[in-house]
Amino acid sequence: MSIEVLRPGLATTVQDAGRPGYYNVGIPLSGAMDQYSLRVANLLVGNDETAAALECALMGPELRFHTDAVIAVAGSTMTPKFDGVAQACNTALAVRAGTVVSFDFMRAGARAYVAIAGGIDVPVVLGSRSTYGLGAFGGFQGRKLAVGDRLPVGVPQRTPTPGRSVDASLVMPLDKEVPLRVVPGLYFHRITDASAQTFFDDTWVIAPEADRIGVRCRSGRPLEWRPRAQPFGAGSDPSNIVDAGYPYGSIQVPGGVEPIILHRDAVSGGGYAMIGTVISADMDRIAQMQPNYKARFVRVDMAQALAARAERRAKLDRLRAALA
Amino acid sequence: MAQHEVLCPLPGTFYRRPAPDKPVFVEDGATVAAGTVIGLVEVMKQFSEVQVEVGGTLVRFLVDNEAPVEPGQPLALIETA
Repeated sequence: MSIEVLRPGLATTVQDAGRPGYYNVGIPLSGAMDQYSLRVANLLVGNDETAAALECALMGPELRFHTDAVIAVAGSTMTPKFDGVAQACNTALAVRAGTVVSFDFMRAGARAYVAIAGGIDVPVVLGSRSTYGLGAFGGFQGRKLAVGDRLPVGVPQRTPTPGRSVDASLVMPLDKEVPLRVVPGLYFHRITDASAQTFFDDTWVIAPEADRIGVRCRSGRPLEWRPRAQPFGAGSDPSNIVDAGYPYGSIQVPGGVEPIILHRDAVSGGGYAMIGTVISADMDRIAQMQPNYKARFVRVDMAQALAARAERRAKLDRLRAALA
Repeated sequence: MAQHEVLCPLPGTFYRRPAPDKPVFVEDGATVAAGTVIGLVEVMKQFSEVQVEVGGTLVRFLVDNEAPVEPGQPLALIETA
């Protein structure tokens, strides 16, 4: 009951719903960056929606199945191929033992989720099977996959139904230009009024170094900070603050030049001013932005953020109902 | 003579040389064999080699050094014998 890694792809990791509850001691949430698509893939193959699956960033792996299995690929558009023959995304697919599963280019989106009926059966660490690469624990030996790894597959809890698919209205949108809704704070008051305007007016481009820790954005106008005498404990750069906790989704702008949005493997705190936080409902969308995709930051208030969260939950409920 | 496009396997930034102070991997017009490295794509702080799948003459590159590239984008044109 295993899957052999013939080629690992760029950064393929085991991820599930994540590891909440330890951020206060510096251990981040981890888990699938696009939690919605993780659920699409899992529900398609009859898993609990939070089962551990493979998150494939920007380029797919090549895998040899040593067991019969049922798999589904959701999230980015990355056509699976069985012994070279193209298959459908967002569909439960039966794989025979001995088959080599590879993937076409990632045509749209940035992260594909490959769920296998029964889930990836790596050990649970602090309540999760998710990989935390910086901490070198969780997932498969605490790291991204490498050639020759053998992934253990769990026992399916339900009999999967090959051929089952999900309506296009229930998958993640994969646009190349994405509005990201932001609640200003906690240090928004530190930038000038002019910069508060340009930050939301400018179009930002996702940088090639964007990863699970943070997503760096370029090409907008630099931000200027209100003059002040830096307080004791803050660094000398005006973008520095006395160290504070970093929320997921918070946007820091070191030197005022390139905004970085923290994601699920974020460090828990530090000394850069956070000028706003991307709302929880839009964190999945960040996961699907390739380098060179464009983002616009859209200012919202807490009521709008909570309404968006409720909308995302309602979509998840429709997905669960469709795949029940 | 058949023409074959080398397609970019992943998004990122394309480099024609292994390091800024090194010569390019391959010049326009050079002969390449299957498996020859013609460039690097940098993304997520990793450099991935771009190899050609078929041998022949690399007629020309279709993107500039340090250009942003996307998956499936043609990077170079190869003429096979």
